[in-house]
Amino acid sequence: MTPSVREPAVAPVIRVRLPGLVDAYTGGKREVELPVAGSPTVADALEALDARFPGLRFRLIDEQGAIRPHVKLFVDASLVRDLGATMRSGSELMIVGALSGG
Amino acid sequence: MAPRSKPAVAARKTLLLVATRKGLWTLTGDATRRSWTLAGPRFLGNIVHHAVLDPRDGKTMLAAARTGHLGPTIFRSLDRGRTWKEAARPPASRAGSGRTVDHTFWLAPGHPSEPGVWFAGTSPQGLFRSTDGGATWAGVDGFNEHPQRKAWCGGDQDGTPDGPKLHSINVDPRDPAHLYISMSSGGTFESTRAGADWRPLNRGVRADFLPDPDPEYGHDPHCVRLHPAMPDRLYQQNHCGLFRLDRPAERWTDIGGAMPKSVGAIGFPLVVHPRDPDTLWIFPMDGTQVWPRGAPAGKPAVYRSVNAGRTWQRQATGLPPAQAWWTVKRQAMTVDQGATVGVYFGTTSGEVWGSRDEGRTWKCLARHLPHIYAVEA
Repeated sequence: MTPSVREPAVAPVIRVRLPGLVDAYTGGKREVELPVAGSPTVADALEALDARFPGLRFRLIDEQGAIRPHVKLFVDASLVRDLGATMRSGSELMIVGALSGG
Repeated sequence: MAPRSKPAVAARKTLLLVATRKGLWTLTGDATRRSWTLAGPRFLGNIVHHAVLDPRDGKTMLAAARTGHLGPTIFRSLDRGRTWKEAARPPASRAGSGRTVDHTFWLAPGHPSEPGVWFAGTSPQGLFRSTDGGATWAGVDGFNEHPQRKAWCGGDQDGTPDGPKLHSINVDPRDPAHLYISMSSGGTFESTRAGADWRPLNRGVRADFLPDPDPEYGHDPHCVRLHPAMPDRLYQQNHCGLFRLDRPAERWTDIGGAMPKSVGAIGFPLVVHPRDPDTLWIFPMDGTQVWPRGAPAGKPAVYRSVNAGRTWQRQATGLPPAQAWWTVKRQAMTVDQGATVGVYFGTTSGEVWGSRDEGRTWKCLARHLPHIYAVEA
């Protein structure tokens, strides 16, 4: 009987693409990887992001848990409006600021 | 050779914090207040509604900011503006309340006996308190969760075009538990229990935009100042005129009647002399017809009263004589503590004007800044 071969364990991560408007928190990083467990939600990802960059979450998400009006979140290129949306290892969360005016 | 003599006392500089729609600047005046140096921007791109230096320690500064995209926060400096850190817990409404803070509009240091205490007024109307120099903030439940709050504050339709605001947080220098707040709209309210409970204090103030000519609340005070040397005296620049209240009286007195009819008694800011309770300055604006909200007839002028509002003097020497249509917002006028008081204001067109002789003559100290929201000495 051939013994089973297990692939080396790779810690699950998600990627977060960051806009310039949060440079004050991220030091100018445009992308970070965050370790996750199981099937994280967007809310989990934002919590992890806040742990890395304290204070950032509240600037993006208001105190009632809503995405702020001129902030857009995309998971794997799809717009999400629900922080309960799930992600998987390897997913990409993209944060975008959309605003016009002088 | 004899050493060159030095002044016995270091010359005192005057610092102005200029909060704008796109960042924070400072203006530093020399001891004569003739020469001014502009520095900044700090927080470029942030909408800074208010920035205040703590008079109790002379080095803590708070700035209320947000950006077009990012939610509201408070920045704090403990070294007179050299370095800044963000508050760990900015003002935020109670989860589940359904309310969200759009921006912090007004910052006020607490009583001298409570050195770490600050208050913040927000839009929509909310009152917050910090006990650690602005690092963390908690709602003042006595106001934010008051059963009458909704009736007092109204809805978003009852506020200013930029959102309803809580402002003019005044702390009685004799009693840290005695507080006044004002709301646009909502009116002026008083607490004698450190914010645990509140009651309206608006009798005598006109509210000609409401069906009841003398309602208990619902007014639109633009700026209310308590006089530090006579804490029973309050002055109010209101949407409907100018008023004074001398406690323990409960009814405000109209002090706008002596203003020239062609100018009117409507404006945003009002500042008081730091020592003389009878002297105050206002900056009238055009509140006729569709509310142009510029200088009346395009001729900006400060008005001063030296008799608690019985008469007013126009003070426009040095200001543009015509075709100047800017105005001055409610936090954008201030005074210094000089023996001859300096008076300063910032305009919606990004100019800072100053007077080193109590308003008799004016000089432009800075121009080409963004729309100015606040000037604090």
